[in-house]
Amino acid sequence: MFEVSEITEKTKSESLTMESIPISKQSEATAGKIKLDGPASASQPETPITPERAIIQSRDFSFFYGSKMGVEKINMDIEIGSVTAIIGPSGCGKSTFLRSINRMNDLIPQTRAEGVLSVGGQDIYDKSTNLVNLRQQVGMVFQRPNPFAKSIYDNITYGPKLQGIRSKAKLDEIVERCLKAGAIWDEVKDDLQKSALALSGGQQQRLCIARTLATMPKVILMDEPCSALDPLATARIEDLIAELKGTYTIVIVTHNMQQAARVSDRTAFFCLGKLVEYGMTDKLFTNPREQATEDYITGRFG
Amino acid sequence: MANITADKEKTAAAGFNRPLRLTVTEDLRGFIAVKVGHSLLFLTTFVSVVAVFLIFFFVIKEAIPFLFKGGLSEFWARMSEFSTSLNWYPHNEEHPEFGALTIFVASLYVTVCSLLIAVPVGLLAAIFLSDIAPFGLRQVCKPVIEILAAIPSVAYGVFAVMVVAPWMQNKLGFSTGTNVLNASLILSLMALPTIISVAEDALSAIGREIREASYGLGATRAETMIKVVLPAAHSGIIAAVILGMMRAIGETMVVWMASGQSAQIPSPWWDLSQSVRTMTGTIAQEMGEVAKDTDPYYVLFAIGVVLLIFTFILNMISEFFMSRFKKTVRGH
Repeated sequence: MFEVSEITEKTKSESLTMESIPISKQSEATAGKIKLDGPASASQPETPITPERAIIQSRDFSFFYGSKMGVEKINMDIEIGSVTAIIGPSGCGKSTFLRSINRMNDLIPQTRAEGVLSVGGQDIYDKSTNLVNLRQQVGMVFQRPNPFAKSIYDNITYGPKLQGIRSKAKLDEIVERCLKAGAIWDEVKDDLQKSALALSGGQQQRLCIARTLATMPKVILMDEPCSALDPLATARIEDLIAELKGTYTIVIVTHNMQQAARVSDRTAFFCLGKLVEYGMTDKLFTNPREQATEDYITGRFG
Repeated sequence: MANITADKEKTAAAGFNRPLRLTVTEDLRGFIAVKVGHSLLFLTTFVSVVAVFLIFFFVIKEAIPFLFKGGLSEFWARMSEFSTSLNWYPHNEEHPEFGALTIFVASLYVTVCSLLIAVPVGLLAAIFLSDIAPFGLRQVCKPVIEILAAIPSVAYGVFAVMVVAPWMQNKLGFSTGTNVLNASLILSLMALPTIISVAEDALSAIGREIREASYGLGATRAETMIKVVLPAAHSGIIAAVILGMMRAIGETMVVWMASGQSAQIPSPWWDLSQSVRTMTGTIAQEMGEVAKDTDPYYVLFAIGVVLLIFTFILNMISEFFMSRFKKTVRGH
């Protein structure tokens, strides 16, 4: 835990003086984390997630696309207020699992879920699930920034307006609060009516995060949020994740193992649709239990 | 240069069996091939561009004797008769009248009525196809709808005259079966494939990512369609409507057969069961009957000029919205 916050500090200071320090330094600073012979903090004891602390609980959860299996029998608890990273090779079901948490996969025809996936103690694959409320409280940030072709202001107010908030004063307040929380306020405050598409990729992604915050979610799912961004924009998003941690529960899928090591408290390793290993990030990266995990994080495959 | 060549000969000449330098004949052959190819491609493109200008030129040229006969006062009198008078009697020997207002209004009637039918139907069909229809159904529906565009217009005309017209006379009690409503119905059917496929393309171009963003914020399918997808695709949809409009305004065979060919403005104005005669119908009907180089002949070209201007403007507008739509999709 200690080390994670230390690195976040480092990232922050670097992004402040980004002119002078090349961004490559940042990865050097954290490269050691994924080595097997890691620092002493690796021996930190596993803290089990008590049922009261688990906001998302998956019990033998399987998801199928037609006859093809997406994920199989996932058992995993996610702690409230923490950052959980999901890593694994392409096509291993990490995005499938993530998108299952707010039932985004429903939009794909002929999909089917088995087992129990509960959010806030409620089985979300129950027929009586209110999808609108679920998705507003389990927000999602996507792989590529996907702002609407509207103004920045309208992008943020889209969710609140769906909830029926009409008061101008209230919407203004939400816009300011979310843009500040999304660490983009200073860059856009002068012209909120500008088209969101005119922003840079990194700004767009922060806007998308801010937009997600506007519906007051409890959980934010991030599906490779930095894969379309350059290292500088990535660093800013990672800072933002560190800031949002605690207030929100964040689940992040990433291909970038160093990113997982930098931002997350716990890491889950998926392979071929199964959850191979799940534990504290420090431990998983320095002293993995499974051979497959070790092979993956040391770059022997994937 | 010489230095490099010398070095190359010394060091790395081995292994390259075929010469790396063009011979003079090869060079020449390549030069000629490029020149001939380019000019051939340019010429074929140029032909179609020139064709457009020639069409404009000849139509206007034939219309000029009607428009600019006599002095300025006569020109004004003619123009005001042409554009405001209701009396279309170009073949009257003693006192021909060239009031084409009924004809313009008829074109407007038929076009607007057909759009009133085709736009809602086409748009809803496009929404269904792009958003709701399962993949398999869509794969069947799209080609079938496009077949509508491949049916020759005379077949539509026969359908209008043989099926729709008797039905209107017998079942709806209209005094004539060939009327505004009949022509509009058939025209809307003909404009549908254009509207559906262009609008569907526009809606599908709004990617899954944008839709997912909206669903992820708790929007329902209908809210996503109305608040995100349709606004983002609006320029493409406008282009679809205008392309459908061009199809309707320029269509000849169907309106000739189905609109009844009588030069009058429906009265009262909402009575769609009356016959009219459109610009295209007039030209098609009378071109074969008039003597060349007479006023009745020239006036048809004057109508043609008006028609050309109409479609030209519509084309420009649709181009404008298409390019704007492409910009929205690209995001700058």
